[in-house]
Amino acid sequence: MIPGNFDYHRPGSVDEAAALLGRLGEDAKVLAGGHSLLPMMKLRLAEPKSLIDLGAIAELRVIREKDGVLQIGAMATEAALIASDLIRRHCPLIAEAAALIADPQVRNRGTIGGDIAHGDPGNDHPAIMLALGASFVLRGGKGERVVAAGDFYRALFETAMKADELLVEIRVPALRPGTGASYQKLKRKVGDFAIAGAAAVIGIKDGRCGHAAIALTNVGPTAVNAEAAAALLVGKAIDEALIGEAAKLAMSACAPTADLRGPVEYKTRMAGEMTRRAIREALKRAKGG
Amino acid sequence: MTDVIVAPSKEREAGLAGIGSHRKRKEDPRLIQGKGQFLDDLKLPGTVFGDFVRSPHAHAKIKAIRADKAKAVPGIIAVLTAEDLKPLNLHWMPTLAGDRQAVLAHEKVHFQNQEVAFVVGEDRYAVADAIQLVEVDYEALPVVIDPKKAMAPNAPTLRDDLTGKDNAGQGPRRHPNHIFNWSVGDKAATDKAFAGAAVTVKEDIAYQRVFPCPLETCGCVASMDPVRGELTLYGTFQAPHVVRTVVSLIAGLPEHKIHVIAQDIGGGFGGKVGAYPGYICSAVASIVIGRPVKWVESRMDNLSTTAFARDYHMTGELAADKDGKIRALRVYVLADHGAFNAHAQPTKWPAGLFSIVTGSYDIGAAHVAVDGVFTNKAPGGVAYRCSFRVTEASYLIERMVDVLALKLGMDPADLRRKNLIQPEQFPYKSALGWEYDSGVYPAALEKALKAVDYKGLRQEQAEKRKRGELMGIGLAFFTEIVGAGPTRNCDILGIGMFDSCEIRVHPTGSIIARLGTKSTGQGHETTYAQIIASELGIPSDDIMIEEGNTDTAPYGLGTYGSRSTPVAGAACAQAARTIREKAKKIAAHMMEVSETDLEWDVDRFQIKGVPQKTVTMKQIAMAAYSNVPAGMQHGLEATNYYDPPNFTYPFGAYICVVDVDRFTGETKVRRFYALDDCGTRINPMIIEGQVHGGLTEAFAIAMGQEIVYDETGNVLGASLMDYFVPTSVETPVWETDFTVTPSPHHPIGAKGVGESPNVGGVSAFSNAVIDAFAHHGVTHMPMPHTPWRVSEVCHRLGIDK
Repeated sequence: MIPGNFDYHRPGSVDEAAALLGRLGEDAKVLAGGHSLLPMMKLRLAEPKSLIDLGAIAELRVIREKDGVLQIGAMATEAALIASDLIRRHCPLIAEAAALIADPQVRNRGTIGGDIAHGDPGNDHPAIMLALGASFVLRGGKGERVVAAGDFYRALFETAMKADELLVEIRVPALRPGTGASYQKLKRKVGDFAIAGAAAVIGIKDGRCGHAAIALTNVGPTAVNAEAAAALLVGKAIDEALIGEAAKLAMSACAPTADLRGPVEYKTRMAGEMTRRAIREALKRAKGG
Repeated sequence: MTDVIVAPSKEREAGLAGIGSHRKRKEDPRLIQGKGQFLDDLKLPGTVFGDFVRSPHAHAKIKAIRADKAKAVPGIIAVLTAEDLKPLNLHWMPTLAGDRQAVLAHEKVHFQNQEVAFVVGEDRYAVADAIQLVEVDYEALPVVIDPKKAMAPNAPTLRDDLTGKDNAGQGPRRHPNHIFNWSVGDKAATDKAFAGAAVTVKEDIAYQRVFPCPLETCGCVASMDPVRGELTLYGTFQAPHVVRTVVSLIAGLPEHKIHVIAQDIGGGFGGKVGAYPGYICSAVASIVIGRPVKWVESRMDNLSTTAFARDYHMTGELAADKDGKIRALRVYVLADHGAFNAHAQPTKWPAGLFSIVTGSYDIGAAHVAVDGVFTNKAPGGVAYRCSFRVTEASYLIERMVDVLALKLGMDPADLRRKNLIQPEQFPYKSALGWEYDSGVYPAALEKALKAVDYKGLRQEQAEKRKRGELMGIGLAFFTEIVGAGPTRNCDILGIGMFDSCEIRVHPTGSIIARLGTKSTGQGHETTYAQIIASELGIPSDDIMIEEGNTDTAPYGLGTYGSRSTPVAGAACAQAARTIREKAKKIAAHMMEVSETDLEWDVDRFQIKGVPQKTVTMKQIAMAAYSNVPAGMQHGLEATNYYDPPNFTYPFGAYICVVDVDRFTGETKVRRFYALDDCGTRINPMIIEGQVHGGLTEAFAIAMGQEIVYDETGNVLGASLMDYFVPTSVETPVWETDFTVTPSPHHPIGAKGVGESPNVGGVSAFSNAVIDAFAHHGVTHMPMPHTPWRVSEVCHRLGIDK
């Protein structure tokens, strides 16, 4: 439980961090809250030659709202998300989901950017970001680019980020009136990753579903965007039968792996159950309940 | 002699904070301020660090070990392998069960994470780097993980070192992977009862492999003084004296030159009774290097290699009359002991005290047979708050009674009522040979049922079932057997399982007492002081309790099996009574009366009928050093080695209520009521704390804990990410209650309580979960009752739609 040797860098600005990353490239790992990376290093599953600690870069912790879009610094901690008035006002789902991550100690260190960029399908923010239609600002040697959450996840621990790129900001459109969102997470105990999780965002107009997004946690190599399930809802008045159909479509999008949380079949069923619960709750909220 | 107005007895008694007092724990001021002294807090000058290269394979030949690169790491002092230990004959060590266990794997590894080489260096970091550089060539061998496959005709032989030996320490073997067969009871009478029975039931009931997961992992610091030729071994030892004797026997050092010291210990639960390769390797390394060597397990080492618990695969059968009177019990057990037969329990019983399996019920005939087998898993076998396989036994009978109730269509409470041993049957001789000391079972059961409004709960359950909701009510009425034990039938390596206490009263009337047991968190410093306080009339605050230093404490067998209060607690009382006898002589001398004129009153002797003529124990203490009768030796001390005449038999009635989410398989314990009868209650607050802790562990076992292996012998989930240790969020609220039936043979009537909640708790949880499905005809569900397992049942029954 002792990591191998590594060099430690603690840049004071994004520019400095980007330059370091450009220079050190694939030998370096970016350290955010450390709650995924450090355990891997202690088990020597990860043995980076260099660590670039973003902890001293104050600008990466800022949360603001601009033109109906939440701009969340990648180093904002889960605890900061939970405490943020801006997030509670414009997209309370993020704070609700953050409160379901791990435990208070982890939430005081763990960051939204680390959770997103690690590419672990067990992390909760990826599905939330898919459902909310978020986009990610990446900073590399050649400047900045913005990638939609839907284009970000490639495979297990593999994202659209290049070796010299940093995730600096998360952009989330504020929820519009008449929209409800919910995240349902089934877990074995407090602090655990999800057995299965489902995020649902539903907009209601004139009693019918105007728009919908559903995304799932820990039931595939990446967070799963259950597009077919969401599409089924759009344009219809949502009732229990339709919710059941949508859950079935969500289940068919799952490809979990068996582990001690349960076998594939169980996890798939639970993805369905979480989807049902998330849709019900999102619908209730969309209707002002 | 005082001649004053004396405070009333009751007031003075309360001032002692003795037996029955809820006083706060004496150890807590240091423990809750972070001022405990645990093993890893010990920093001897010049300490070096050791850690293991562990096997990635569960079964493999070791072809070669190359340590050159590791030795080249700056700061590395030595890399020990079996070849280095072989000339000292220390590459194997004897186990407490008559087998032997590899200290460092010799020629073969037998389980994943087995110790292969011991790397010693100046600091932990260098050692961790060097471990990665030790190259071991393995040739993988076929693996046996499932105990049911261990004795197949074509099963690979796991223990080549035992080839040709028909005995691995506990009787004849009939297969290379067989360890022993043990049986007890009257087979003919049992078979006859089954043949003539109106109703019989049979169920396969497994108790999964679990691990207690104490907060502090195992560790030691071995410090050899080459000039004096003395070895000091600090460590997390539940039985320090036994460790000293074992080390002396296997290392060939004279026992008086070995000092074993156990400081504060962060939980043991049985996992810190045995000897581990880390202790031997640290001692050898210190002898070779001449510097203190520290070894501390990581959490993953601890979970995957330290002595496990259970892995009992049981088949239970009950025979009964139509009205529910149980006539006979038959049990077969396949016991998975892992790679070495290294369980720690009284020598004579390869299945421990499992034969308490008739439980709280008056069963005329019973027979138990147990086969032990080797598999490619870590060794161990009795840890985890279980009093030597009593937990398994209690689980079996409490589950079987529910299975029978379902078959008979009887309420589980009624069936228990019908079969409980009645008060007038005590001392009760069980069909499997135990003599239960005391109990008033029916009253305890009725008190429990009334407390939870059992009838009301069953009504609510019936209504919920109509609505398709799942609610379960679990009962357990357990009987424990603790306080090992009478030396006529209990020993470890031939040493009788007595325990001991030495009390010294100082001139000013304060006391130090030393015992052969070792607290790992149970509050001995408080409990023992309370016993002595009541016996000697000295406030418990003025009594210091010391354990864990083999140079100063009298020899004892240590703390496990809920034996501290039944055995060492009795030694406390007996030693105190010896002192009181002497004190009485001194008092008579002081008051110039005959001993027969004196009577004891809380904290003093008074002249019969003249209550104002008294001398206090405190005054006597001073006199013991200044004014003793002619011919009497000075001083006021006594030592007692207590050989209990019998075990003690605590019991209890537990009731658990669960709600099950049929869509996710999640269970929610809505209510848990625990009535314990542990005889005389020394400190009710400590008892409640013990019950809370034991129930929380029972909850963890029943609902989530399991050490899982895959088919190739990889141990899965050996970290706290997967291994279920409940937090305060998951832990139910505990309701505790009690009755008091003193043990007739114990000096103060106390029976022990530490393990009761685990023994009774697991059955109650499991029975509750399974009861939620009783109306669907479900007779049994395997533990642990994780959401996915429960959900599987819901899905199979089609009730998750």
